[in-house]
Amino acid sequence: MSEVKDTRKVTIKAFRFNAETDYLPYIKQYEMEVGKDELILDLMNRIKWEHDGTFSYRRSCRHGICGACAIKVNGKAVLACKQNAIELLDLFDNDITLEPSSKKRAVKDMIIDKSDFWEKHAAIKPYVVADVDPHPAHETKQSIAEFNNFLDSDLCIQCGACHYSCPALEVNPEFFGPAAFAAAYRFTVDTRDSAGAERLELTAQPAQGVWDCVKCFECAEACPKEINPIEKITKLHNLQFEQGIAESNVATRHAEGFLRGMKKYGYLDEADIVTYSEGYLGVYKHIGAAMKMMKSGKIHWHSGIPFIDSIPKIKNLDEVQKLIEISQTNKL
Amino acid sequence: MSQLHYALFTGCTAKQSTPELLSSTLAVADKLGIKITILEEASCCGASHLQDFDEFLAHVLNARNICYAEKLGLTMITICNTCQLNSAMTKHALDTDPELKARVNEKLAEVGLEYKGTSEIKHFLYTLIDEYGLENVKDKVQVPLSHLNIAPFYGCHNIRPSELHEDANGHENPYNPTSLDSLIDALEGNPVNYESKNKCCGFHVELQANHTSEVLAGNALVDAIDNNADMMVTPCPLCHLKMDTYQDSIGKVMGRDVELPVLHMPQMVALALGCTEKEIGLNFHVPKAKHLYTA
Repeated sequence: MSEVKDTRKVTIKAFRFNAETDYLPYIKQYEMEVGKDELILDLMNRIKWEHDGTFSYRRSCRHGICGACAIKVNGKAVLACKQNAIELLDLFDNDITLEPSSKKRAVKDMIIDKSDFWEKHAAIKPYVVADVDPHPAHETKQSIAEFNNFLDSDLCIQCGACHYSCPALEVNPEFFGPAAFAAAYRFTVDTRDSAGAERLELTAQPAQGVWDCVKCFECAEACPKEINPIEKITKLHNLQFEQGIAESNVATRHAEGFLRGMKKYGYLDEADIVTYSEGYLGVYKHIGAAMKMMKSGKIHWHSGIPFIDSIPKIKNLDEVQKLIEISQTNKL
Repeated sequence: MSQLHYALFTGCTAKQSTPELLSSTLAVADKLGIKITILEEASCCGASHLQDFDEFLAHVLNARNICYAEKLGLTMITICNTCQLNSAMTKHALDTDPELKARVNEKLAEVGLEYKGTSEIKHFLYTLIDEYGLENVKDKVQVPLSHLNIAPFYGCHNIRPSELHEDANGHENPYNPTSLDSLIDALEGNPVNYESKNKCCGFHVELQANHTSEVLAGNALVDAIDNNADMMVTPCPLCHLKMDTYQDSIGKVMGRDVELPVLHMPQMVALALGCTEKEIGLNFHVPKAKHLYTA
């Protein structure tokens, strides 16, 4: 039997920065033997204990439940106390760099200023809002199905992994971000709660709400608790229509407007979706791009006659029309 | 190797604003001896927006598309990351939730269809790599791309969520994807290594959050240009549309020139395989791209 090698000699890189003294962050390298059962947290401890006592990071529970030790390794969000080091070394060809969850929010090494996360999280009222009788005559009961509706989103530990992986939030600081949305969903579908409509209105607003989600699925990838925040974002979208909270605007018309082309052609009508979503006054913004698309042949006419029958039809279009008629559940 | 045969779900863009995607895909398949049957019955996948309006309806319509691949007994291949994701999400939802599958099939029965779950769904990029084989692609190269620095832009919906895609995308690491890089290598091009290769292009909020959309696309174009890219290549026509069509307005937001040809993955392969200028269709690009055709 061949000998199983228990350790691997590697160079671990780490992002270093002290906002009080450093003008720019820098990368330092630490050589160490990494054992097969060691976690990223163990490596951070060894940097601090064996190499440089000033190396700073947050840690607390060591059980994947407090969310304090969330960092990134080569851009991948991890909970340092749950992530096996060798697994990551394998994933990235033995070349890993420990980074804070958000470099631009770095205060000291792995420690970031998380205030934007907490402000947004608090804004969506992440708790059950209910008038509770101090002397209830009976229990507040919930069926298993009702409970299961929010069970997975209740596992959120507010680590910020999804929030700081979201590119929309990096460009638009008003955007609530995936963690706040997952929490908004969790309490909105809780049968004991009475602030659902308020949360849906809040998360329906342009710029801050769900409609600014870029659909990149970074949050689904980042979540260490497998909550799949974008799935909850989709559910919030649907709830806005189900509860009549969605107002007609460029974003809601864009989602609903897909059906216009599909009913006529089976395909999306690319020109119509822009005109219908933006409205005739808003469409002027796209004239420049449309002219360029026309010039390059990207806008062309299937029939050969300008502005008439520009789109081919799918075969068996009647099936799509019938399925829309009998399956559509929401309305704008 | 017995002849590969796939059912092609073209998606809407290949039938409308990016005809060059369809013509180059068919040309590449023809050169490689891959048989393609176009699913002319397939409708729009909802492009990740319809499900925000009506999730159930989106599942019904996507399931209908998959039914037509199942009827042929073929793997359904896609040439758009978003078609791939939406079809795969419906397949996953129906294959793991018997109650939802029954509700969807109740609707499909009204038009004489039944979703069974027998067809795989795979992006053309990964069939070239996993099933046709890069060594075999390499053997067919007539015009090596060795003169080109090519920035691979992966597009979100082929690589995330990784758990959903792992069987169809060869367990691609979403934080360090390699498939497009290895395809560029096989065509003897020079893959550009840059941070934005696995980032979002912003296409999906083009209308409602235009600034976000322009900045995300701009970041990627700037990153590729600053790493000496001669062109970008993407397996997703929506990434292509965002980054090809809007370079003027993106440039204004970024405060600098971002001109760069953005090719569809099959166009790049078609260039190397010596397909015709018409099949490759570089004339359909908004920024200058025709100079890339050198055969």
